[in-house]
Amino acid sequence: MKKWNLIIDIEKCEDCNNCFLSCKDEHVDNAFQGYSAPQVKHGHRWVNIMRKERGQFPQIDVAYMPVFCMHCDNAPCIKAAKDGAVYKRDDGIVIIDPVKAQGQKHLVDACPYGAIWWNEEHSLPQKCTLCAHLLDQGWKEPRCVQACPTGALHIVRAEDGEMQEIVKSETLEILHPEYHTKPRVFYKNLYRYTHYFIAGSVAVEKDGISDCAQGAVVTLIKDSEKRQAITDTFGDFKFDGLPENSGTYRVEITYEDRTMKTLEVGVDKSVSLGTVWV
Amino acid sequence: MKYALGRLLHNVLFLFSKTSRLSSFVTVMADQVLTFLCRSRTLSRYLGSLILWGMGLLIRVSAMLHPAFKERLKDKNFTAQIKTSDRALSRTYTFEDGRVISRPGIHPKPDVTITYRSSDLVVKLAVPWRDQLEQINAMKNFQLGLEGPDELTMWFMETLSLMLSAGLEYGTAAGKGVKRYTSNTNGGPVFVYVKDGKIIRITPIEFDESDAQPWTIEARGIKFTPPRRTTVSPHTVAWKSMVYSPDRLLYPMKRIDFDPNGERNCQNRGISGYERISWDEATNIVANEIKRVKKDHGPGAILNGSGSHHTWGVLGYWLSCRPRFFNSIGYTPVVHNPDSWEGWFWGAMHHWGHSMRLGAPESYGTVEDCLKHCEMVVFWSSDPEATSGVYGAFEGTVRRQWLKKLGITMVHIDPFYNHTAALLGGKWLPPRPATGNALALAIAYVWITEDLYDKDYVTQRTVGFDKWQDYILGKEDGIPKTPEWQEQEAGIPAKDVRALAREWGTKRTYLAAGGITGFGSACRCATGNEWARSMVCLMAMQGLGKPGVNMGGMQQGTPVDTSFFFPGYAEGGLSGDIEGTAMAVNMYQRMPQLATVNTVYQRVPRLRIPEAILDGSTCGYPTDSKTIEGQFLKFDYPAPGNAPIKMYYKYGGSHFGTMSETNRYVKAYRSDNLEFVVNQSIWFEGEARFADILLPACTSFERWDISEFANCGGYIQHSFNQCNHRVMVMQHKCIEPLGESKSDFQIFLEVAKKLGLGAPFSEGVTELDWCKRLFDATDLPKVISWKAFLKKGYYVVPPPKEELRDPVSFRWYAENRSKDTPELAPLPADYTEQYGKGLQTQSGKLEFVCSSLKRFDPNDPERPTMTKYIPSWEGHHTTELYEKYPLQLISPHPRYSFHTMSDAKDSVINDVKDHRILIDGYYYWIVRINSKDAQARAIRENDLVKVFNDRGAVICAAQVTERVPPGTVHSYESSAHYDPIGEPGHSADRGGCINQLTPSRMMIKQSHSMAANSCLVEIRTWEGEEGIA
Repeated sequence: MKKWNLIIDIEKCEDCNNCFLSCKDEHVDNAFQGYSAPQVKHGHRWVNIMRKERGQFPQIDVAYMPVFCMHCDNAPCIKAAKDGAVYKRDDGIVIIDPVKAQGQKHLVDACPYGAIWWNEEHSLPQKCTLCAHLLDQGWKEPRCVQACPTGALHIVRAEDGEMQEIVKSETLEILHPEYHTKPRVFYKNLYRYTHYFIAGSVAVEKDGISDCAQGAVVTLIKDSEKRQAITDTFGDFKFDGLPENSGTYRVEITYEDRTMKTLEVGVDKSVSLGTVWV
Repeated sequence: MKYALGRLLHNVLFLFSKTSRLSSFVTVMADQVLTFLCRSRTLSRYLGSLILWGMGLLIRVSAMLHPAFKERLKDKNFTAQIKTSDRALSRTYTFEDGRVISRPGIHPKPDVTITYRSSDLVVKLAVPWRDQLEQINAMKNFQLGLEGPDELTMWFMETLSLMLSAGLEYGTAAGKGVKRYTSNTNGGPVFVYVKDGKIIRITPIEFDESDAQPWTIEARGIKFTPPRRTTVSPHTVAWKSMVYSPDRLLYPMKRIDFDPNGERNCQNRGISGYERISWDEATNIVANEIKRVKKDHGPGAILNGSGSHHTWGVLGYWLSCRPRFFNSIGYTPVVHNPDSWEGWFWGAMHHWGHSMRLGAPESYGTVEDCLKHCEMVVFWSSDPEATSGVYGAFEGTVRRQWLKKLGITMVHIDPFYNHTAALLGGKWLPPRPATGNALALAIAYVWITEDLYDKDYVTQRTVGFDKWQDYILGKEDGIPKTPEWQEQEAGIPAKDVRALAREWGTKRTYLAAGGITGFGSACRCATGNEWARSMVCLMAMQGLGKPGVNMGGMQQGTPVDTSFFFPGYAEGGLSGDIEGTAMAVNMYQRMPQLATVNTVYQRVPRLRIPEAILDGSTCGYPTDSKTIEGQFLKFDYPAPGNAPIKMYYKYGGSHFGTMSETNRYVKAYRSDNLEFVVNQSIWFEGEARFADILLPACTSFERWDISEFANCGGYIQHSFNQCNHRVMVMQHKCIEPLGESKSDFQIFLEVAKKLGLGAPFSEGVTELDWCKRLFDATDLPKVISWKAFLKKGYYVVPPPKEELRDPVSFRWYAENRSKDTPELAPLPADYTEQYGKGLQTQSGKLEFVCSSLKRFDPNDPERPTMTKYIPSWEGHHTTELYEKYPLQLISPHPRYSFHTMSDAKDSVINDVKDHRILIDGYYYWIVRINSKDAQARAIRENDLVKVFNDRGAVICAAQVTERVPPGTVHSYESSAHYDPIGEPGHSADRGGCINQLTPSRMMIKQSHSMAANSCLVEIRTWEGEEGIA
């Protein structure tokens, strides 16, 4: 049985909000019998775009992480629901039955990803349906994916085995694997949101003139592990993908075989070292 | 049987109405035959009487077949007479309670009379295939007369024309009672799904099998092809929530304390409430005020202007029915400053011409050239991911991703770490606002001193370099424009400037100056001229037009077919206005229509509306694009012999969020000098809340129109080359207008009728007929029938074969050949030597020292003959003010809304986290502040803060960020909502109109320009106070 999976590439998301707004367009004021009641116009974020700025001025980057219902294979909401109000379809999509789920406010807290929203008017927990009502009519993708201009959102209908191959070959990850809910939503370049960097600019002064030090060799050392970077035209280097709370790193800079500079960098967030003179 | 016969007759009628290819053929033949037959007077009389008889029959048949048409016939009871002047032909049509009786002969007292000069004219013009040019010629030469009250004559003529469109089908069945229509917006064309008369969804257009295949560019071993669909902007996706906004104006309204025959209470504008009135009452008041003001004051006392944009459509945009109406009554137009171009228009144009593009360059073939040859792209004040170029949705995004795929270096120069930089990566260089020119001069300094520029090109293709070089090197003023000197002004480390200049000087580089070239926030500041001028000079040093060396950031210049004609909105639609629109380029010949001419010479500069009203005098410079010198012709207000403004007829988007120091506009509205204000608006927002009479307009989803994706024409010729596909769209009337709202066309027609101007305004045809006339004026009939286009709703123009693609911009210039790009400009007279050779400048070359400025005012310290660093008149050198207001505010065009469109009015855009922030039930505008500045002021994320200076105060939600340097703050312009906490014009605004704070001073005195991005403010946490200080 082929099942639906959603792939989100963090590097390609630019916060245009077309996914969020398409979701509003599709679901606000529209009821789809058997699938969903109308979404609350304001307040609900069935697509919730999270923003993260990393680093300090002027060496920064920004990443956006859209969070949807993960359509988990091991969904806590299904377990928490009474009367089978939340169910898993054969194609992998998790649906909250808009009739049976009435009054089951506890489902909002059942989702560790915060993807279920409470509709006060209809007394109903609600979430992304992956536009199942459209897919069932033959649409090739849900509204959010159709409106995404950058290719950050991608929908795949595949056997679970095939999907695992894609996960491996494209090095996809899931958000919060520690929840053990087996999400069907996968992320690419997730480190842009979840991990830290150490960046800096190497500069040199000769005869009173300052210049960017292109071609400097920068080495990042932690315990026995070493990573190396060569500075670009602007003397810039960046070591990315450092795990949270991973402690202190040593940065060694060598320029034209003459200068060696060593810095100790504690990483409790992304660190922009600014200009390092050698 | 009767029904079948009727259907047959109607089909025959369609066969003669040029709706399909076959019928076009039949029509041409029929016309030839009839013209031949009419050479006999007797025959023409017989044919004429047959046609008039047939007309009555067809009305009855149409009523039988089409319930809506039948219903319409019940509207009026009256008698119409159609006759020839010599009464040789005559027939009457009596409408009575929905029945129509047609009789031969002369009626003693008909309500409506149409008189043809001769019977052969009846044969030519009273037929469904009539040629519109012949119809207009007959009208102008008094061969065709129309008598009777406008209400009835218009109704009769429209009824005749509705017979032709009554049975036309449009839209595609989508199952379960859903119909899929097409429409177009400022952010891309769309499918519109409608069920039970209500819009249920709006999506981008996915092409089907039959649509044209896209182009492919092969560069560096990779083939690049765009996806087969259109993209949409966020504000387009949000349209449904705007159509059904609770802030829609659904009925005509009158301010409760406004009495046109008594107390007007002008001082209460913006304060008192409104009451519902009928359309008849509303249009009576407006028509009577037009008459009164003209009678009491003479010409010029009526002011009209529009926002910079409107709801999309060639017929419905602000350069179509609006000027047609106002030209017909005589008015003082609000003249627009070149608001998005500013520095390019008043500055850069003098170096390279391009007046027709308001100082911006051509962009042909640049996507392919860039992919194949370019090694680095410098984005300078360029954020196409936020601004969509203009109208271009996300068409350019995929192309910029190709740059990334090819590993092309990218650099972003902008005080704000913008969305293009965030998506694509690359070095970010954030200069202090309004100092970009210093950075540019320092780059030139490195090139000159390190021998990194194209000397041959400079020698052969430019003039005046030596003099500018002396200035750069400090020989003129003793200050060498070194990277270190620059660091003091712009704040970019000297080492970074050297690195950039060396990269740029050794790599084939594209310069993306602005979202589309010729825009950019940097051109809208006190030094905007000098920034834009220096952009041209830098490219002149690097060989503009050589392979891989050009302007643009992949936003323009796709290899689409530019030879296929379809007009943009600036080409005037149905305006008949040859002077005020770009109609003269193509449309005056292609779409015959009655010309309209404004008889009032008086003008008001848009940035000086308040002074015109409050002070009674002001002056301006025109945005005249005909030639470089057009901008020098200063004009005064009031114009000689003209009355000052007494009535303001406002139409379209609000100025409070988009012009400068906008509390001035608020104050002007509350002045007794303005005796009457009418606002024609879709929503109750911004300026609409200051009107005496409100006329509710409908959205483009509730009326007919026709248009192309991102085609504005005029000032951006071939602007559709931002798109990956040329898509022409039939903008279906998807739903009925909400409430009692009407299309702008219909509103103007209703007022026109009360002034006896109905027939010249509409030419007696409906909006759908105008769409057909526009369709016929384009190249579309060569490739698709009207019937098929109307039904499907869009057409994708196939791209040309590779060998027929447009040549690359400026390549001809670099190689000293005749111009070979498909651009009519400059006008023939503006070539100095041979037609087609050289640029529009006096020398015909890129000029480092500008001939036009030498001729105009060589000693103007604000605009020297060559570009120099001139410190901002509101910035870090204005010591006293800077001490009081130490933060430099930049306010670029907004990312999610389009001008005021889609902001506020309960649109779902408000829920976009980076657009507004919901705090205690109120959606606040956002100001972005560096963490250091925030810390110094104890401001935390999402705190409510007051952004203020002497001009006003705006309450915003703070976003604490690293995306702006310390000392710079960022907030978008264009709030639709103005919500003063206390007295309007004198208190803090919660709505978010940031432009209350920006200076009203012109960029330079001898211009009509805004410098919104030179603005000093202070920010502190808001404690709920009303006041400004």
